Amino acid sequence: MDRLLFLTVDGLSRGAVYAAFALALVLIWRGTRIVNFAQGVMAVVTAYVAYSVAGVTGSYWVGFAAGLLGGLVLGAVVERVVMRRVEQAPPLNAVIVALGLVLVGQGVLGMIYGNQYLPFPAPFSRTAMTVAGVPLLSRYDVFVFGTVLTLMLVLAVLFTRTATGLRMRAAAFAPQVARLLGVNVGGLLTLGWTLAALVGALAGMLTIPTGLGLHPTAMDLVFVSAFTAAVVGGLDSPVGAVVGGLVVGLVLSYVGGYLGSGTTPLAVLVLLVAVLLVRPSGLFSGTQARRV
Amino acid sequence: MTALLEVDGLTGGYDGVPVLHGVDLTVRAGTICAVLGANGAGKTTLLRTLSGLLRPSAGRIVFDGADVRGLAVQRLVRRGLVQVPEGRGVIAELTVEENLRLGGLWRHDRRALRSAMAEVYELFEPLAVRRRNLGHQLSGGEAQMLALGRALVARPRLLLLDEPSLGLAPRVVAQIMGLLRRLRDDGLTVLLVEQNVRSALSVADDGVVMSLGRVVARAEAGVLARDAGLRHAYLGF
Repeated sequence: MDRLLFLTVDGLSRGAVYAAFALALVLIWRGTRIVNFAQGVMAVVTAYVAYSVAGVTGSYWVGFAAGLLGGLVLGAVVERVVMRRVEQAPPLNAVIVALGLVLVGQGVLGMIYGNQYLPFPAPFSRTAMTVAGVPLLSRYDVFVFGTVLTLMLVLAVLFTRTATGLRMRAAAFAPQVARLLGVNVGGLLTLGWTLAALVGALAGMLTIPTGLGLHPTAMDLVFVSAFTAAVVGGLDSPVGAVVGGLVVGLVLSYVGGYLGSGTTPLAVLVLLVAVLLVRPSGLFSGTQARRV
Repeated sequence: MTALLEVDGLTGGYDGVPVLHGVDLTVRAGTICAVLGANGAGKTTLLRTLSGLLRPSAGRIVFDGADVRGLAVQRLVRRGLVQVPEGRGVIAELTVEENLRLGGLWRHDRRALRSAMAEVYELFEPLAVRRRNLGHQLSGGEAQMLALGRALVARPRLLLLDEPSLGLAPRVVAQIMGLLRRLRDDGLTVLLVEQNVRSALSVADDGVVMSLGRVVARAEAGVLARDAGLRHAYLGF
């Protein structure tokens, strides 16, 4: 029973990060109908920025801030310089270009930093605190939950309560109509990528300390998990991405805990295939007919 | 009366396939000008080119004394040239209120936006009742009201309307046309593209007839309505 409780908390903590990363995928999918396969490598690039800045300044938090800033800039650059050229092209073009970015990004990072695992510390203790005799939550888990929850609240307020959020939703649902209403759709696409890259950078910096360390491929498995989470939730639904993230986190934690950690990558793929077979549009996608 | 919109030799279309061949058009301020013609005459392409969605390959578009050809859509909206998209363009996933707000967001003035929206709710009472409903829950008539109301929230000087009568019951069409007349009397200028020739000519001051991307006739609406030869040749009644 204690073990189940521990695995549940651990799964939710992982799931929170998957949820954030899945949310970034959903942000871009809704705006552009592109699955950003480069999101993992973009997050890794920002983590290396954080690593370098933290190394120079000696402060984790300055590095953390630099990583977030790097995410903002990287998102805008990738959209303006690369993705804008394939947004109108057939979907496969965007997939191939994104995969190209992965290869280039991982190659360049390997050339600069080497292909070994670099230490990427957590800012708080990762030792679980005991609650009523059961080791449960670490301070770092609390930090992760708090950060992801804050992020989601900020995004929810942005999208449902602000003029910019309304513009972004309009531009995503009906770009041409939005343009006729005076909305600068191109600018909002860039903003969407910027936000998504910021969220991705945050998720990367939260999850890398819980793994083997910083490496050009450090986010590959996280990307697969988050992609599965987004598919589970339905790529169109932000709420679905969050629920999907938590579900995937729990599944991986239980499978790893009871069957051995070697089976978790397999479990992600089994879950992905199962969802695609049973409910390809995802659990939370509204499948209403659109009249425009 | 002064011209609000003057179009000279406008040529354009889609990706190198020309649809418009030297269209000339004048819309006087404070009037309704109807653009008539069969399917494929280029009416919608003309509107899309005027609103900035399509780039013309030649010709001039003068709006309120300034050449606006090639300006981005959002700049034209800021100058008061607003198109109601064909098929109404109500965004199905947003509420009535959100659709309306979108119309006036560009002004960055909350108070002006609120008063413009209040006016629209007064003008279209059914919309006020359905404020919180999603766009896809509206009837055809309500969706047309929303599309018109949303354009009015932008406080346009020239309204470009594409087939407002499409798919609506005759009674509703009459209401919409009556409303256009009232808006015109309050100073709005309207360029109205219609297949429904009778109702369009019943409210319009002037009319132009298009065929195969050219303007083949322009006159006062009453004159066009009485010209039996023209009606038979281009308008089919």
